Amino acid sequence: MTRQMHPPAIRIMHWLNALAMLVMVTSGWKIYEDEPLFGTVRFPDAITLGGEAQGALQWHYAGMWLMVANGLAYVVYGLATGRFRRLLLPIRPGELLATVRDALRLRLGHDDLTRYNPVQKAMYVGVLAIGFVQVISGLAIWKPVQFAELTWLFGDFQGARIAHFLGMTAIVLFVFVHATLALIVPQTLRAMLTGNPGGTR
Amino acid sequence: MTKPPSASRFRPARRLASLSDHGGLVAEIDRRRLLRGGFSLGALAMLTGCDVTDDDAVQRGLRAVSGWNDRVQAALFRPDKLAPTYDRAQVVRPPRFNAYYGIEDVEPVDGAAWRLELAGLIGDRRPWTLREINALPAQTWIYRHVCVEGWDYIGQWSGPNFRLFLERIGADLTAKYVAFRCADGYTGSIDMPSALHPQTILATGYADEPIADPFGYPLRLRTAVKLGFKNPKWITAIEVTNSYPGGYWEDRGFNWFSGL
Repeated sequence: MTRQMHPPAIRIMHWLNALAMLVMVTSGWKIYEDEPLFGTVRFPDAITLGGEAQGALQWHYAGMWLMVANGLAYVVYGLATGRFRRLLLPIRPGELLATVRDALRLRLGHDDLTRYNPVQKAMYVGVLAIGFVQVISGLAIWKPVQFAELTWLFGDFQGARIAHFLGMTAIVLFVFVHATLALIVPQTLRAMLTGNPGGTR
Repeated sequence: MTKPPSASRFRPARRLASLSDHGGLVAEIDRRRLLRGGFSLGALAMLTGCDVTDDDAVQRGLRAVSGWNDRVQAALFRPDKLAPTYDRAQVVRPPRFNAYYGIEDVEPVDGAAWRLELAGLIGDRRPWTLREINALPAQTWIYRHVCVEGWDYIGQWSGPNFRLFLERIGADLTAKYVAFRCADGYTGSIDMPSALHPQTILATGYADEPIADPFGYPLRLRTAVKLGFKNPKWITAIEVTNSYPGGYWEDRGFNWFSGL
């Protein structure tokens, strides 16, 4: 039996993460509404979770456990099985630029979807790094006394809030690109549902 | 720079009370909201006629996790970890107002007639006058006030250390909770370890002046290790107890421990 591109554990963690991120982002938007950082950036109730601030806070501080537990499991799995090394490394700047050029000329090949191109690798590594910083800024906001050293990393309490907001923005942009590309090349979506891209190779 | 008083959640309590007199209108608005919510992420749950968070089972689950988070925060709490402190030049004057109503609705407390009642697991439950409170040795702290809404400011608070006060009245320092009742009907409670934290005081002064009426005159709690709403103002009674006392916002779904 050949190895699946996305073993069951990866698929379960991927969709659990999608759920956790949906909860964290939409409840976070409601929490933000009580004291907006940027006057013009607002989130209407229709796209937020929690109803009122207290409900949103309950969702946020419940979703964080799923998010962190699932994320830890994913990192341990990725390191232990060699998946990160196999799929995400190496990222060579020259190849990265060449792939960007190909993509801009609409000549990006995706004959073998089981191997990520350098842009994909950079995006996935990048969003993992942002996710890590997001956890740190989240802890800095949650516990600015017990974890005062973390809050200090971001300047002060409001600095941590801004970092947390910018991290959210970057992740939402990533999800937008990620989901758009998955819909343009549906075999990738099939792979995350069934384990393999299927179709023509 | 001070920001204008928040016009958000800390006001609606009264507005909602008057709205309940117009049940029909409210129901109509709710129906409209339901229609608008058709595009919302909670649309699926709304099809069955309820908001995700309002559903009983979901609500129970979220409250259970909130209770778990209380225990996690108690475990994370380090009794000797001091909050960062700041210079006098950084102190914001006046402090930022917040309550469950607007600043214009504050009813000043008469300091001369005011008494601090004591109840529960306390050796000497004799009430205190303001003169007696002011005779206790005071300390001054300049630390950050962080509101659950997301704003913060640096304030300078002075008054007797709360641990010293609890020892003076013979409180059972092994009890679980310290609960507060306030002149405006507000209630709150904190865990004993936070009450005994070195930076927790019964504040009577702000920026070298007596606390002004809107900010809790004559007596309020200030602690560096809790969110703002855990710092009751205009305190009229303190109880030491082992049975969970809850509080105004805690009973409305905000996390009880709310430690910083």
